[in-house]
Amino acid sequence: MTDRSAMFDKLKSLIEPFNKKGAALSDATTFAGDLEWDSLTVMDFVAEVEDAFDIVITMNMQAEIETVGQLVDAVIKLTD
Amino acid sequence: MTDLFSKFDPLIEQRRSLLSTGLTDPFGLVMEKVLSPTVAICNGKETILLGTYNYMGMTFDDDVIAAGKQSFDDFGAGTTGSRVLNGTFHPHRDVEAALREFYDMDHAMVFSTGYQANLGIISTIAGKGDYIILDIDSHASIYDGCKMGDAEIVAFRHNDVEALEKRLKRLPPEAGKLVILEGVYSMLGDVAPLKEMIRISKEAGAMVLVDEAHSMGFIGENGRGVAEEQGCLDDVDFIIGTFSKSVGTVGGFCVSNHPKFEILRLVCRPYVFTAALPPSVMASSAVSIRKLMHGGNKRAHLWENSKTLHKGLRDLGFKLGTETPQSAIIAVIMPDLERGAMMWEALLKEGLYVNLARPPATPAGMTLLRCSLCAEHTAEQVQDILGRFERAGKAIGII
Repeated sequence: MTDRSAMFDKLKSLIEPFNKKGAALSDATTFAGDLEWDSLTVMDFVAEVEDAFDIVITMNMQAEIETVGQLVDAVIKLTD
Repeated sequence: MTDLFSKFDPLIEQRRSLLSTGLTDPFGLVMEKVLSPTVAICNGKETILLGTYNYMGMTFDDDVIAAGKQSFDDFGAGTTGSRVLNGTFHPHRDVEAALREFYDMDHAMVFSTGYQANLGIISTIAGKGDYIILDIDSHASIYDGCKMGDAEIVAFRHNDVEALEKRLKRLPPEAGKLVILEGVYSMLGDVAPLKEMIRISKEAGAMVLVDEAHSMGFIGENGRGVAEEQGCLDDVDFIIGTFSKSVGTVGGFCVSNHPKFEILRLVCRPYVFTAALPPSVMASSAVSIRKLMHGGNKRAHLWENSKTLHKGLRDLGFKLGTETPQSAIIAVIMPDLERGAMMWEALLKEGLYVNLARPPATPAGMTLLRCSLCAEHTAEQVQDILGRFERAGKAIGII
């Protein structure tokens, strides 16, 4: 559980520069709805996450990731 | 009952509010008569065409038209069938021969449109477990080809060599990889650093597909495109192109030196399960392609036009998509959709047609007035175009 919350915090710090609305971040926060990110912001953010963890998040995976919680789980899986 | 059309409501509302101001619908233009590759009658008015991708002006070439007419007489109006059944006539084979000559490659396969060429080739050659690595600003037909197939899709920032390299290195070394690039990106008219990107892709063991739709006939010593211009055509595994731009007809194609290429004719569904193009279109295309091989003078004039228009628009104070003219496309960046549509209409009233391009077709949410030049535009027409841009731009308050 601590691993997961560490991952959440790490991703939270990556999200913040893109969180122009200052929305509160939880597992349930959605990228499209709550953060109101457009496709360009998503691309920039995904690139940040990929570089931070040296992973690739394919567009197939991105289509399944709607919330911060889902992103946390996906990155944990990819870095496993 | 849920109305399946309710998902289109935001777009319907956007259109309604735009058109309620009395603006002409920018997506409803009708050409009542086409006088030449550069002039048509629209709304009863003689209009200079600056948004047709008719780069080499082949639509009214005498030989191109004559070949089409002859083919109507010799082969009839249509094929009524698939290329692999009853739809391959002599002109279909001949146009493929013309493509092999044009590109100096071993294989050529003609599809009904460029869209279908991308759809077919991409979805067929990249399968389950393979990776497609593409530029984020890729054309809709490339994205749709990805969506139709079963490969994993990885996007990288537009024209960013380092971003491509990083992603290639993170993929499993043993997995099949297809890197998809475009020679000229059609929204801003900018050119890709193909040489560098292809070298990196090859080092990572990837095959490379380059869409040269907007460069064929114009860029490169023999008009083979940006890969020829940058000296890396031999390292491209698949070139995708279209007949609906420089060739001046309709159709799409893939050329390749891959020794097993011909098997695609049996496994590529957008090739198999659709009717072959009419023989007249194939005969016209074959003549056009062979004439483009000797189009050096026209290419030089088209470059002159592109440079003159780019400099002229910049000097007038317009914001352009590229710092320098890189292709026959010059994109004028509009402040927003409303003023873009107003400017588009003002130009049309001046007797000038350009493309209005808006999201999601455009990168970064931009509204663009996209100009594509033709080798048949005279130097006087280009000056005329600049005058019309100046008047319209001042009237709308953009410059």
